[in-house]
Amino acid sequence: MKIALIGLGSVGRGVAEMITKKDLGLTITGLADSKSGAMNTNGLDIPILLAHKKKNGHCGDQNISTLDIIKKADYDALVEVTPTNALSGEPAISYIKAALARKKHIVTSNKGPIALANKELRAMANKNGVALRYEATVAGAIPIMHTLEHGLAGNEILALYGVLNGTCNYILTRMADEGLTYEQALMEAREMGYAEADPTYDVKGIDAAIKLVILANTIWGHDVKLNDVDCTGIDLLTPDALRLAGEEGCTIRLIAEAIPRKNILRVSPRIIEKNHPLVVDGTLNALTLETDMAKEITLIGRGAGSVETASAIIGDLLYIKDRYDRRT
Amino acid sequence: MQISMKLEMKDSPGQLVAALKPISDVGGNIIAVIHQREPGSDHGTLDVQIVLELPEGRLEKLVVLLKEQGVHIQRIGEQRLLYKRTVILIGHLMHTDLSDTVDQIDSTGFAEVSELAMSMPAVKERSSSRLTIKSVTKEDMESALAILRRVSQQKSLLLIEPLEESA
Repeated sequence: MKIALIGLGSVGRGVAEMITKKDLGLTITGLADSKSGAMNTNGLDIPILLAHKKKNGHCGDQNISTLDIIKKADYDALVEVTPTNALSGEPAISYIKAALARKKHIVTSNKGPIALANKELRAMANKNGVALRYEATVAGAIPIMHTLEHGLAGNEILALYGVLNGTCNYILTRMADEGLTYEQALMEAREMGYAEADPTYDVKGIDAAIKLVILANTIWGHDVKLNDVDCTGIDLLTPDALRLAGEEGCTIRLIAEAIPRKNILRVSPRIIEKNHPLVVDGTLNALTLETDMAKEITLIGRGAGSVETASAIIGDLLYIKDRYDRRT
Repeated sequence: MQISMKLEMKDSPGQLVAALKPISDVGGNIIAVIHQREPGSDHGTLDVQIVLELPEGRLEKLVVLLKEQGVHIQRIGEQRLLYKRTVILIGHLMHTDLSDTVDQIDSTGFAEVSELAMSMPAVKERSSSRLTIKSVTKEDMESALAILRRVSQQKSLLLIEPLEESA
């Protein structure tokens, strides 16, 4: 199956490297970063292009734009891994629409388009008979979408609880373990490369809320928006609060929670028992689903990382290859 | 005051109503009645546990009235509040009148702050406290937490609630 890969940040590089390294029956025929593009129907030489990018700051021909690749390259599935714009979803939404118009499958790690325009994009994909998959948007390597779609098929999902932001979880883990202040733990997270220069999205709970919106819409199809989430961050927590929780055998974690029956859609720091399955350390993510038949299921794994996120994207690609593409 | 009683009475029609009547006669308020029919009991008796709110000084009168009804009082105790939740409040707790915050729960009559642990760093910094709230029923606990949410919002306090999975 032929792949056009849009975006060559950490995730895009991981995808390109893993597709090149592993014999998965996937061929990259189109590649674009923010400044250039390259295409070849017979497959691109990825190591050379990545080396070129490292040396010159762009991977291909600067006269070829991302939209050129999407509209002209020969491919079956578009892998869209450009940075998230949570406000407009652009330019990713336009990229995805352009590929859908050509009846190409979509695999994305980009939360913006899925949180903002899932319904519209889904309708367009259905109309054109192609797949729109976004496993990598939520909880990194954890196969939550595959679990919901296949493993838990036929179950009614009653509620979900998740630790969906590795940055917050790292900060809270360090505050609890070492008695650090929020500011100290944040600084440490920055040094470790776990927090952005502007950590607002993460620490205010917005990133977790966007993921909650994606999950809720995927599971229940209610078309909820970011504004519907009751959102409280971790930036006002004190080391004393974590100590007071610790004295009771508990700790504090940022929990994203959706319970449709109670009309709850919330991201907030919560007191939680230390031995609770959702209490994971460091940058790990965790998700508990409550269902009518399977009862509680908890998944734990890495929520970010280049190769970890590539795992989710490749899982989606191979699913599409299995399901739709019988040529290879 | 809130008390609980375990009563034993004849298992015949009208007995339960007759046993509960003295409670209202002395100005009490029934909060919960828990029926316990012992399996295989052949004494022809009925065990009932009741939780009630009683004005101070009326308990003795009630006991006399119950005995007159032929009700045997097996046990009387201060009400054990069944539901317990721990929350944490962060913010300018003293400046926003912590005792008022606590009183908003205590004054409900159905829930109370049974424990309070607190840390106060420097004067101008935000302090943190852990409150243990107790209530008789789960619904009362929900109501108490709703009050606390409202008060926290009014006073710009950060309320951290426990995660309760119950879908």
